[in-house]
Amino acid sequence: MIETRQLTRRYGDLTAVDAITFKVEPGQVLGFLGPNGAGKSTTMKILAGFLSPTSGSATVAGFDIETQPLEAKRALGYLPEGAPSYGEMSVREFLDFIADVRGLTGDLRDKRLDDAVERLHLDGVREQPIDTLSKGFKRRVGLAGAILHDPKVLILDEPTDGLDPNQKQEVRTLINAMARDKTIIISTHLLEEVHAVCSRAIIIAAGRILVDATPGELEARSRYHQAVSLTAANVQEAKEALSRVADIAAIEIDPQDNRITAFPKPGRAIFVAVSDALKAQGVAVRELALEPGRLDEVFRTITQGAVGKEART
Amino acid sequence: MSGTRTIFKRELHSYFATPVAYVFIVIFLLLSGAFTFYLGNFYERGQADLQPFFNFHPWLYLFLVPAVSMRLWAEERKSGTIEFLLTLPVTMWQAVFGKFLAAWAFIAIALVLTFPIWLTVNYLGSPDNGVIVASYLGSLLMAGAFLAIGSCISAATRNQVVAFILTVVICFVLLLAGFPLVLDFFSAIAPQGIVDAIAGLSFLTHFASISKGVIDLRDLIYFVLMIGVWLYATAVVIDLKKAA
Repeated sequence: MIETRQLTRRYGDLTAVDAITFKVEPGQVLGFLGPNGAGKSTTMKILAGFLSPTSGSATVAGFDIETQPLEAKRALGYLPEGAPSYGEMSVREFLDFIADVRGLTGDLRDKRLDDAVERLHLDGVREQPIDTLSKGFKRRVGLAGAILHDPKVLILDEPTDGLDPNQKQEVRTLINAMARDKTIIISTHLLEEVHAVCSRAIIIAAGRILVDATPGELEARSRYHQAVSLTAANVQEAKEALSRVADIAAIEIDPQDNRITAFPKPGRAIFVAVSDALKAQGVAVRELALEPGRLDEVFRTITQGAVGKEART
Repeated sequence: MSGTRTIFKRELHSYFATPVAYVFIVIFLLLSGAFTFYLGNFYERGQADLQPFFNFHPWLYLFLVPAVSMRLWAEERKSGTIEFLLTLPVTMWQAVFGKFLAAWAFIAIALVLTFPIWLTVNYLGSPDNGVIVASYLGSLLMAGAFLAIGSCISAATRNQVVAFILTVVICFVLLLAGFPLVLDFFSAIAPQGIVDAIAGLSFLTHFASISKGVIDLRDLIYFVLMIGVWLYATAVVIDLKKAA
């Protein structure tokens, strides 16, 4: 479990993290979203015990990060931003070093080392110096180090940054597989990742929590939520047919591919009505889809709104 | 204590994983040999002792020790591994001390590899081996003090070149603290008491008495204190600079 209370960190005049309070339970994967410089990494560095908070407090697996730092660090697996590692060491030496520091011995040590290597597909590069590996491999070495001691709590700062789409998918599968009994926080810029792995998302900007919701709730905030989009052979004809549906608030046509999007009035479902109206008018429709809501649009609206407010005050 | 040992092991091993170790050891041995025989008149003196060998150690260390210490923390900060290291379940002290001990052990290895010169002098005559042991001990302690200073400077910057130059300058001032070059400067701006205190900080004075075979507790305490204070400063500097 991770809990923060009024966690604050200042650098001189700049307040990087401003009285953040949240709680993550075992089994939850919390996604940290926010523009660059929002305070995501700083929050994670405080939780990992690298930086100390200016005020407020936090516990990791029940241990206070300031009064019981070693206990908290033992319970935690942390992947810093950029997944730094000692380049001159081979993958095996690096993982051995972590196992030594974590006090793993005997059979358990061998089991954990094999497990981490297998989960991140590092078997082929075990004896290679880390410096000679590709960016994707380096990231996986860092991840292997973070999960080596099978920690109760995982904090991963941009775990999929720099990976190719296949590797991204593998890391997401890995996080999902570990999520059942662990408390996990990840930060990311990729909104599809929130959908793929997170059970909850916190959007922060300028050091403050703006939204704390499930990915579904976030999507529901989108203008596109419950909207219907379609492509038709005759755009004009389709538009006319749609104008007869009472619950439609607005119709937009994408100038590039002529895709038509119909937005419902608040709280109304229009999919069936749209489908019926098109059929009744005999409009030939190539494709008809119900929009789930766009996270990138929600993200933009929320964070830019906050930055705008900031600029005015 | 196990945290210190693990970090010590990793650090010492990493010296030998790169060419740094071999270059350092070869240069150290070549220079110490060259100084002893050509500048120190090892043979011409006609005395079976290692004075000419040890006399040059402070000057060798002045440039070679900062070359070892400059990467201690600057590299960790530059590559970001400092965040990895300090979020492992080790204390700041274990990290500072483990890294320092590894660098010190590395220099000790280089120092031990000068044993042929000890064999030579024993072959040529019958030196006072007690004095030689004391001199080795003094030399190692002095190297430790240089290293501790370098560790602190290295923690203050992420640029290894800056760390190197600053360490050389500070070590140079401390080496010559008992000599007119430094004292004249301070006597112009500080009262006599402070000038005397600065004179008492001289590496050369403390090393000279140990290398004559006189192991004075005060000289030992001086070097141990020097190491302790600078390592403490290292931890403080790291803590301050973490956020930057």
